Amino acid sequence: MRLTLRVWRQSAADATGAMVTYDIDGISEDMSFLEMLDSLNEQLILEGDDPVAFDHDCREGICGACGVVINGDAHGPERTTTCQLHMRHFSDGDTIDVEPWRAGAFPVVKDLVVDRSAFDRIIGAGGYISAPTGSAPEAHATPVPKADADFAFEHAECIGCGACVAACPNGSAMLFTSAKVNHLNVLPQGAPERETRVLDMVATMDEEGFGGCTLTGECATACPKGIPLPSITAMNKEWLRATRKVAR
Amino acid sequence: MDDILPPTYTDYSTGEPLVDTKAPGGPVAERWDTRRFEAKLVNPANRRKHTVIVVGTGLAGGAAGATLAEQGYHVVQFCYQDSPRRAHSIAAQGGINAAKNYRNDGDSIHRLFYDTVKGGDFRARESNVHRLAQISVEIIDQCVAQGVPFAREYGGLLDTRSFGGVQVSRTFYARGQTGQQLLLGAYQALSRQIAAGTVEMHPRTEMLDLIVVDGRARGIVARDLISGKVSTYFADAVVLASGGYGNVFYLSTNAKNSNATAVWRAHRRGAHFANPCFTQIHPTCIPRSGDHQSKLTLMSESLRNDGRIWVPKAHGDTRPPAEIPEDERDYYLERIYPSFGNLVPRDIASRAAKNVCDEGRGVGPGGQGVYLDFADAIRRLGRKAVEEKYGNLFEMYERITAEDPYQVPMRIYPAIHYTMGGLWVDYDLQTTVPGLFAIGEANFSDHGANRLGASALMQGLADGYFVLPSTINDYLARNPHQDTVDDSHPAVAEAVAETEDRLRLLLAVDGDRTPDSFHREIGELLWEHCGMARSEVGLRKALDRIPQIREEFWSRIKVPGTGEEFNQSLEKANRIVDYLELAELMCLDALHRAESCGGHFREESQTEGGEAERHDEAFSYAAAWEFTATGTAPVLHKEDLVFEYVHPTQRSYA
Repeated sequence: MRLTLRVWRQSAADATGAMVTYDIDGISEDMSFLEMLDSLNEQLILEGDDPVAFDHDCREGICGACGVVINGDAHGPERTTTCQLHMRHFSDGDTIDVEPWRAGAFPVVKDLVVDRSAFDRIIGAGGYISAPTGSAPEAHATPVPKADADFAFEHAECIGCGACVAACPNGSAMLFTSAKVNHLNVLPQGAPERETRVLDMVATMDEEGFGGCTLTGECATACPKGIPLPSITAMNKEWLRATRKVAR
Repeated sequence: MDDILPPTYTDYSTGEPLVDTKAPGGPVAERWDTRRFEAKLVNPANRRKHTVIVVGTGLAGGAAGATLAEQGYHVVQFCYQDSPRRAHSIAAQGGINAAKNYRNDGDSIHRLFYDTVKGGDFRARESNVHRLAQISVEIIDQCVAQGVPFAREYGGLLDTRSFGGVQVSRTFYARGQTGQQLLLGAYQALSRQIAAGTVEMHPRTEMLDLIVVDGRARGIVARDLISGKVSTYFADAVVLASGGYGNVFYLSTNAKNSNATAVWRAHRRGAHFANPCFTQIHPTCIPRSGDHQSKLTLMSESLRNDGRIWVPKAHGDTRPPAEIPEDERDYYLERIYPSFGNLVPRDIASRAAKNVCDEGRGVGPGGQGVYLDFADAIRRLGRKAVEEKYGNLFEMYERITAEDPYQVPMRIYPAIHYTMGGLWVDYDLQTTVPGLFAIGEANFSDHGANRLGASALMQGLADGYFVLPSTINDYLARNPHQDTVDDSHPAVAEAVAETEDRLRLLLAVDGDRTPDSFHREIGELLWEHCGMARSEVGLRKALDRIPQIREEFWSRIKVPGTGEEFNQSLEKANRIVDYLELAELMCLDALHRAESCGGHFREESQTEGGEAERHDEAFSYAAAWEFTATGTAPVLHKEDLVFEYVHPTQRSYA
């Protein structure tokens, strides 16, 4: 397959970027999108050019490191991570635009690499259960109803890739934040910190410069792990409940 | 096959035997208590005066960093990823073992201990393995308390399943994403400490050398991957939790950036490297599809609970699987190993797959694959139940291969997955460099020559949450007032200069080959000669070739850009330098160990039935290698293994 790529090139955080066009040939439909970029980079290195920087690691769709905007869609046309998107979803002769996540809270580091450390700070604000090592009771001491365990798991699947923020017209991190709040707040182990967790995580999210939520729903459409949109309404409910409880 | 060749390779010398001075005697079940009682403690008020460096944020590193900080130590932690949440432990799929015996199916700590020693083909330490089995039960409690959403039954209690090499159901899981959920638990605990200021976290920062002052590990040299700046960090002890070295093979199930640099640099600074040839080849990976392939993807071992592995009985049968009638299929694992069937250990399943493919009965492109078939399970349990258990794995398979495994059997083939070898450590997990500890996959200690499924997560968390935080106290308590070290110390200046010189040299060659092209070349050489089957002839070939590749590397490598920027090509090339040395030691270790055991299969040493044949009289030891210089003969130190409880026998799963 022969393709024309238009790739965002930006040499450093404070540099001006631009879309640069490359032609690439010999792409197999069994390649992943990242393997296609690997092959572009091999070509660029041999031509004495600077290869395109992009984040990636596990290439199995679970570490959350990769993620680029492909033809305007976060992670491209399929509902998956960029590393699990295969070239069979494209056709010979296609022109493909490749850009980094675009969001105020995710500044560009270089080319397609962005800084997502704001996510780590949201987790640090309350996305945990305080259970110092050694203090745990026997695991079966507290049964968890299967429905609650499944609900927790569904939200715990978030890989922190940031596609939700990139897809959102407001650059909001509500889906990311709500996934963690819902995972932990539904569990009996998470109950003691239920209120502070949601209040502190939402406050940090706002401080980090993410936009507000207008329930557009682009986030849930882009999420490679299928975190559902009602996750956000469930968090809003938790937040309202916590505000009232703390005010009392 | 008793006429095995004696170890004739002379390109190493043998040094003093190694003795694990920290392992207590007495009944095996009491040793961990004994050690914890004998170990000195650090007063809680004094702990904040001690700095501990932790390299890596996977299950072992994340758990250790969080726990040490909870205890009051000042922790300085590093990962090369943009966030500690991305460490490769996250990709572990199937589960974590624990001897809870919730199923009342005859499990016990002793049975988990026994299974692990036997599964490792009698090349692990009994004391360590028993401790691991004891701690396994606490790990589940700890993770549940953190909110890890394990699979549960309708009654609200935890569900379990079976893994290879065992006949009980002791594997706890969170669908096919157990590693992710356990890692996020550790990451969240770590995040709490980072927010509290007790852990100073350095993401996108890679360790490039170990600083040893007056014989003790006192810090590291690390490069900020964004600015390119090389800096030094000092501490009272250094903990390496940097994972395994499977990526030396280029194509493996490891993350693309997982690497051996931290352990190899430590090895060069005096830490012995043990059993480097003990690598694990996982039987159920998606076969490679072409030369462009950048990595291989695992399909969890848990699939072997319900999937049946087969190939056609006839050679070169190219009919689609659905057209091959039942009586023309060979369910070879069920046939050869009736009591364990599809759940034999990984080394055995991998070798059996290789054998049927070598016979010409493999399926798919190039005949490099076998079927993993769920038709029976779907008939028996219904599609919904299969989806519930394995849904995400089936999806991943379909995404990669464009084939629907609910309709056609999966095609699988073995691939490099895990490395049992690693830095030699004593019972305290301390390396041969005082003050340097290695935990998780980075050390060699618990799995012998073959790791059982769902035991890597167990070991990583056991080391990180429970073992290291107890044993490191003893070292810090015995060395309370170390001199301050700074950049002016000659040993520090030398480590920094060496690192900077190497980076400069990589950039200066400006040759005509990319880093990846060298990585592929060394990987293919290893896979051919130091992969699923090894022979003296092949290993010697590889040992002749590796120094040539190294020489070529330094004359033809091309690394674009500069060192003072975000430069992923430079990162890669720098890691390959270490692979080119490590590969040589792996081949030498494989050559010197003229026996088969676990994942190390020497063609010259097999039973008539083609099973691995150990030679306990000659090789019942851990081989710890001491570095001398690049391309120069290393020194072998043997640690004799003593089996008081599980007596070595020919492993049988028939």
